[in-house]
Amino acid sequence: MFERCSKSWRAQRSEPGGGADGDDSLYPIAVLIDELRNEDVQLRLNSIKKLSTIALALGVERTRTELLPFLTDTIYDEDEVLLALAEQLGNFTMLVGGPEYVHCLLPPLESLATVEETVVRDKAVESLRKISQEHSPVDLEVHFEPLVKRLASGDWFTSRTSACGLFSVCYPRVSSTVKAEIRQHFRTLCSDDTPMVRRAAASKLGEFAKVLELDYVKSDIISLFTALASDEQDSVRLLAVEACVSIATLLPQEDLETLVMPTLRQAAEDKSWRVRYMVADKFSELQKAVGPEITKNDLVPAFQNLLKDCEAEVRAAAANKVKEFCENLPEDSREQIIMTHILPCVKELVSDTNQHVKSALASVIMGLSTILGKDNTVEHLLPLFLAQLKDECPEVRLNIISNLDCVNEVIGIRQLSQSLLPAIVELAEDAKWRVRLAIIEYMPLLAGQLGVEFFDEKLNTLCMAWLIDHVYAIREAATCNLMKLVEKFGAEWAQNTIVPKVLGMANDPNYLHRMTTLFCINALSEACGQEITTKQMLPVVLKMSNDQVANVRFNVAKSLQKIGPVLDSNALQTEVKPVLEKLATDTDMDVKYFAQEAISVLALA
Amino acid sequence: MSAISASEKVDGFTRKSMRKAQKQKKSQGSSQFRTQSSLVELSPLPQLKDAPSTEQQDLFTQKLQQCCMLFDFMDSVTDLKSKEIKRATLNELVDYVSTNRGVLVESAYPEITNMVSTNIFRTLPPSENPDFDPEEDEPTLEAAWPHIQLVYEFFLRFLENPDFQPSIAKRYIDQRFVLQLLELFDSEDPRERDFLKTILHRIYGKFLGLRAFIRKQINNIFLRFIYETDHFNGVAELLEILGSIINGFALPLKAEHKQFLMKVLIPMHTAKGLALFHAQLAYCVVQFLEKDPTLTEPVIRGLLKFWPKTCSQKEVMFLGEIEEILDVIEPTQFKKIEEPLFKQISKCVANPHFQVAERALYFWNNEYILSLIEENIDKILPIMFGSLYRISKEHWNPTIVALVYNVLKTLMEMNSTLFDELTSSYKADRQREKKKEQEREELWKKLEELKLNDTALVQNNSHGLQNAQNNNNNNNNNNNNNSNSHDNQDKSTAVGVSTDIQDPDITTATTESTTSAK
Repeated sequence: MFERCSKSWRAQRSEPGGGADGDDSLYPIAVLIDELRNEDVQLRLNSIKKLSTIALALGVERTRTELLPFLTDTIYDEDEVLLALAEQLGNFTMLVGGPEYVHCLLPPLESLATVEETVVRDKAVESLRKISQEHSPVDLEVHFEPLVKRLASGDWFTSRTSACGLFSVCYPRVSSTVKAEIRQHFRTLCSDDTPMVRRAAASKLGEFAKVLELDYVKSDIISLFTALASDEQDSVRLLAVEACVSIATLLPQEDLETLVMPTLRQAAEDKSWRVRYMVADKFSELQKAVGPEITKNDLVPAFQNLLKDCEAEVRAAAANKVKEFCENLPEDSREQIIMTHILPCVKELVSDTNQHVKSALASVIMGLSTILGKDNTVEHLLPLFLAQLKDECPEVRLNIISNLDCVNEVIGIRQLSQSLLPAIVELAEDAKWRVRLAIIEYMPLLAGQLGVEFFDEKLNTLCMAWLIDHVYAIREAATCNLMKLVEKFGAEWAQNTIVPKVLGMANDPNYLHRMTTLFCINALSEACGQEITTKQMLPVVLKMSNDQVANVRFNVAKSLQKIGPVLDSNALQTEVKPVLEKLATDTDMDVKYFAQEAISVLALA
Repeated sequence: MSAISASEKVDGFTRKSMRKAQKQKKSQGSSQFRTQSSLVELSPLPQLKDAPSTEQQDLFTQKLQQCCMLFDFMDSVTDLKSKEIKRATLNELVDYVSTNRGVLVESAYPEITNMVSTNIFRTLPPSENPDFDPEEDEPTLEAAWPHIQLVYEFFLRFLENPDFQPSIAKRYIDQRFVLQLLELFDSEDPRERDFLKTILHRIYGKFLGLRAFIRKQINNIFLRFIYETDHFNGVAELLEILGSIINGFALPLKAEHKQFLMKVLIPMHTAKGLALFHAQLAYCVVQFLEKDPTLTEPVIRGLLKFWPKTCSQKEVMFLGEIEEILDVIEPTQFKKIEEPLFKQISKCVANPHFQVAERALYFWNNEYILSLIEENIDKILPIMFGSLYRISKEHWNPTIVALVYNVLKTLMEMNSTLFDELTSSYKADRQREKKKEQEREELWKKLEELKLNDTALVQNNSHGLQNAQNNNNNNNNNNNNNSNSHDNQDKSTAVGVSTDIQDPDITTATTESTTSAK
């Protein structure tokens, strides 16, 4: 194959009228051929990734007549190279001469669409879908549709799987005879022998239904949908659930009951938890698609069952949807349905045996308070919140705390504060630093909702304790947290409560804590303003320039650079400059570097 | 919660082993979807052996029906009495079908398959541990095992009963039944998979009509495993069954079987968990090659295509499989693949991971491989020499260096003239390679420039282009000068006579463009 191409390259070369132009534009393909022969995959990959460069250099005509045939012939290679090729070809329309010639790209992509490796095949299909849009209706029928047919009737399952993704892109723009053929092919693939093909067809069923005329949706799609939804393999059945959403959206309300609901009911009670999981996971979409009446009659009991499912996986997926489901219930009966049907299930889930179920519920349960209003929240939801705040699993508590704002709007946070505090304190000391980090991030929000008094009394010590945490990420977050608090409570509050404590740490024996002082100053100087910065912070920073640890000294230089803009020019010249100059002659090279950087940034040279 | 141990204070991450230990506690799961809302308590039936022979059949059926009742084993306190009755009944049934003759009357078949299906066919539960590592983690065991085990036992005895008649059973043990049985191979419980393996083997042996179907479904399971899920617990068991199935294939091999080898078994080597089933997989591959030696070339090329790039552990397994193949290879087949194969082996020998290098060097301890190398020393020595020579000086591991010296010595003894030639030209060859490498980089740089120029001035002759042209030609010339002789031969045979005519053209083109550049 290589030989064939290099031969034509040589032949071209010896053409009498070939001239300099011919030689030059032929040169890139020679490089490519040489590189594609290389034993090193990486080099082959590099050359394929630069395919557009080569095509550009060749010009459109030679790209069509030489490069593309060459690529089509040499398609056997490592999957990684093929993947790169499949991707490149999707963007090649202009390089072969625009939409008029786009069909030249079909042969190599067709071969790629039959490769075993899924990523290659998917990429080839993606590229084919992309370039299908650039075909004129005529070209679509002459070139593209035959390709789809060939793939759909291929021997090996790979080509048939690829075909499934191509029907919907060509269907809208072809004649009615061809449309009939396409429908027939799709039907065949839906009952293919190989489960892989049926899965591919099932996953494209919704997409295909969207481009079909309504009559055909009713006559063709529904029967395919019903068949796939009762396939012997659960991996096929669960994909039909996804299609159910699109199909239900397309059909008029009066047809849903007879055409879709029997299948959906069956899916919600499928013996495989995977199918039931899928129903739970798509519940909000399904609810919107079938409308309020069916929701009331059918989906409410189905949802109750999913919330009580024997498989934790399914319960967790359903618990995740509780808020959305309730929100989308028809307004006239919403409260009644929630109170009598949903809430009892929710109550049970609060003490579920599985922590994933509980934490899924905790992430949405607070949202119910806005729907149910103040009285119901106080009477029914509050006990649940309080129970979850005491849950043994930190994730559950955290999810409750992170959604406090919803409750705050309805009943105010005071109701919760008694239980909140122990929960926060415990999370603040959790063994997992990610949990601690998460709770720190909610501190500014909590502070805002609980008020300065409550904060000073209960939470301030926690915030200061995080500054000396043994994990850097926590100390960093704690610093940032202080800044946000100051923005909320003002400079005066800062001066009285946190600044003295922060500055006190400058004398800590642990150099990491001394550095934390500097980091806090970096974060706080702007929020605290010029006066506090100059009078209280600056002296401390300057004093630390004599620290025996080099890391502290170069952080002094960095801090000075950071707070410089907040200071007045007098302080800069008389106090900062001498210190930086001294640091610039430090024995440590990093200290020198940062001191010099600060001098130049602050223009003190 | 608030009590944090000192070790955790220091290290925010809990150790993997500690997390595992916590997990281990609840390593039981059950997946029987409990639809029965209210359980009826079982009451014991009289013993089969005490019943008069006329009533035995009826009693047998009743007992089978009784065993269709399912119990929740996750709850260890409920239904204790009924659970015990079912267990005792199952035991009795096992005993009944394995010791008595003439008990398998036609009417018993549907009852038996029904009881078995009800008990064992279920959707397997989600894995307790989403990142379950079969090599390290304890598997989740089936909680209902005290019953399920006896059901499997009973089914196996039923299949092995001398009175068992496949012609009757095939009405009940059909494609649907087999499909559900195959799905159970994904069970995390190794005890269950072991039973399934024996049962499937029996079914394959007794039901000729199901054989093609079983093979096809296994095919589908494997393809899904390779390309879609990357997860299936029973791969090793299925491969073990296939090993003996392949053994029984008639010659010449059907296209279907060859396709299975090339499109399923070979790509299976790419799986993440290869270590779990590599022994069985390699056995299947070697079985194929023993049946039909002409498959050797495509198989080895396939393995080379999927050769692991980053996983040393897998590379060692691949080398092991290659050795197994070489053990049975025919000398004529060896000649067909020696070149690509030894290029790979030479890379492995030079691998910085000493286990990979060591595994490859062990090939030289194999008498048969050694004899194949000796026969083809003129081809193999030039391929191997560079790597061996280099690592004999550079490898960090003294054991490897010692092994390499032995290998070099062996090779030298095989053809000392060639060895001396290669030694003396080693340095020059390396330098030539380096130069080639530099030129290649230059080329790509020029090509980039060309792209820029092309976008700026369409179809305009620039100097960059001309220079690139020169470089390219130089490169070609170099290739011609130093490339291995067989390379040239290949080319001339493929291109045929025309090469002779066209080659001078290139030279002219070169001189022309050089002059025009100047």
